[in-house]
Amino acid sequence: MRELPTLPLPAPAPPAEGYSRREALVMGLFALAAAATATGCSAADKLAYEEFVQKHFKDLSPEELKDRLASMEKRYTEQFGKEVKVSATPPMPGVLFGYALDLSRCIGCRRCVYGCVEENNQSRDPQTHWITVLEMDKEEGVNLQNANAFYDHETVPAPGKFYMPVACQHCENPPCVKVCPVQATWKEPDGIVVIDYDWCIGCRNCIAACPYGARRFNWGKPSIPKDELNPNTEYLGNRPRQRGVVEKCSFCLQRVRKGLYPKCVEVCPVGARKFGNLLDPESEIRYIIENKRVYILKEELNTQPKFFYYYGL
Amino acid sequence: MRPVRLTMAGAAVALMLAAACRPVEDHGARWSKARGPAAVKPAEPSPATKGAKATEVARTAALYPVAPPPFSDGVFPCSECHGKTDVVNRTPHPVEFHEDIVLHHDEKNRWCLDCHDAQNRDKLHLADGRLIDFTESYRLCGQCHGPTLRNWKAGEHGKRTGSWNGAKQYLLCANCHSPHSPHFKPIKPKPAPMRQEAIK
Ligand code: SF4
Ligand code: SF4
Repeated sequence: MRELPTLPLPAPAPPAEGYSRREALVMGLFALAAAATATGCSAADKLAYEEFVQKHFKDLSPEELKDRLASMEKRYTEQFGKEVKVSATPPMPGVLFGYALDLSRCIGCRRCVYGCVEENNQSRDPQTHWITVLEMDKEEGVNLQNANAFYDHETVPAPGKFYMPVACQHCENPPCVKVCPVQATWKEPDGIVVIDYDWCIGCRNCIAACPYGARRFNWGKPSIPKDELNPNTEYLGNRPRQRGVVEKCSFCLQRVRKGLYPKCVEVCPVGARKFGNLLDPESEIRYIIENKRVYILKEELNTQPKFFYYYGL
Repeated sequence: MRPVRLTMAGAAVALMLAAACRPVEDHGARWSKARGPAAVKPAEPSPATKGAKATEVARTAALYPVAPPPFSDGVFPCSECHGKTDVVNRTPHPVEFHEDIVLHHDEKNRWCLDCHDAQNRDKLHLADGRLIDFTESYRLCGQCHGPTLRNWKAGEHGKRTGSWNGAKQYLLCANCHSPHSPHFKPIKPKPAPMRQEAIK
């Protein structure tokens, strides 16, 4: 059983004949529509109906969650022609995830960007990247106005430049969550800010609210070659997305909730990326925060990122 | 300043020729003089040594499970070529055969045998003479780079993979920094992202 805080939603009306008021209303609408087209209720209608009256992720009972995951697995397995697993691994108790990135070592090679794309099933065409690597002048320091994400050198690091990869900062005080009108995005107890792609209505308020440009919108239909799909997916993480929804870095939820490092940590050739439990005083992330010069991007906004840039040298 | 060049490829050919026509028991002395590797395999380590080595490795593994040291193909064990009884010229000099190695690491003050052990070529030695395995080379590096070693042990410097709350693999210093020329070499970046206006 997931121990998640309950949403401050209005209390549901008592079920009438096994259906809530919302469900009854929607069923009525469906019945009307069916009557209007005089086609009756097919199996496809039933699936559409189920999706339409779905509950919020946090309100699903364990059985309902199981059913949803199963029907999703079925759909993705058909879509991609190979076994796709969709899990909903709960957060670990006593864990608050934090990330650190060594600005003095990142060489701007973008291995993390493409490692992330493969691990987290980002669309190849149209292109979606969760990580943006910014190139800036060493002389100038962090100045986002003069940052360049499109640098294209023969080799990196380029002389006189430094690199700052930016993705979701998993703010402890996330503006994106506050502005979502339907609570399709929220902060989990382990600090990961997640999105339910099936609840997202595509209004893009969160994109406007995020000060880090971390969120991506699927303007087109995402496409991933079947053989490149990572079949180990999470409901709130790297499962395939549909057109019209928002996505972003999830700290590799599908990996870190099983104790693994995020993919970007694993692929970074210079070891610039560090990850761990902020509540564990023995963790490398705590060592870095306590011993190194830490830089927080746009600290003045009080978003309280759990992503810490630091200078290892 | 000219980096010390360790040239040995030419010697490799000579070595094969010579190995064919020399009495075996003579190889050490002669080949040391010629500054080339000995062509004869060392004696099999006794079971006792083997056991000791296994324990040593196990102890290291328990401390810091490290990636395999990045030996160039076919160079290890060094004792395949370097005999225990080789006469060693301890004055820094250009070395043939290892000509691919260009020393760019405090080369004014250091030379091969400051780290590699002349008597036991399959080991490194610390400044006080204690022998260590290549899998423990971080101890050697840490003699000069103390703060870096401290940060490496804490997981701040260098790369660790595996599990954030469990078993990890540490890359050795030498996995990223060639000990002979430690500066990180520039690499080719992955392609730039598409510009938004180019995404259809
Ligand atoms: S970085 Fe942006 S998307 Fe991520 S939690 Fe903060 S506001 Fe939300
Ligand atoms: S993989 Fe590492 S070095 Fe390369 S851009 Fe990403 S963080 Fe920087």
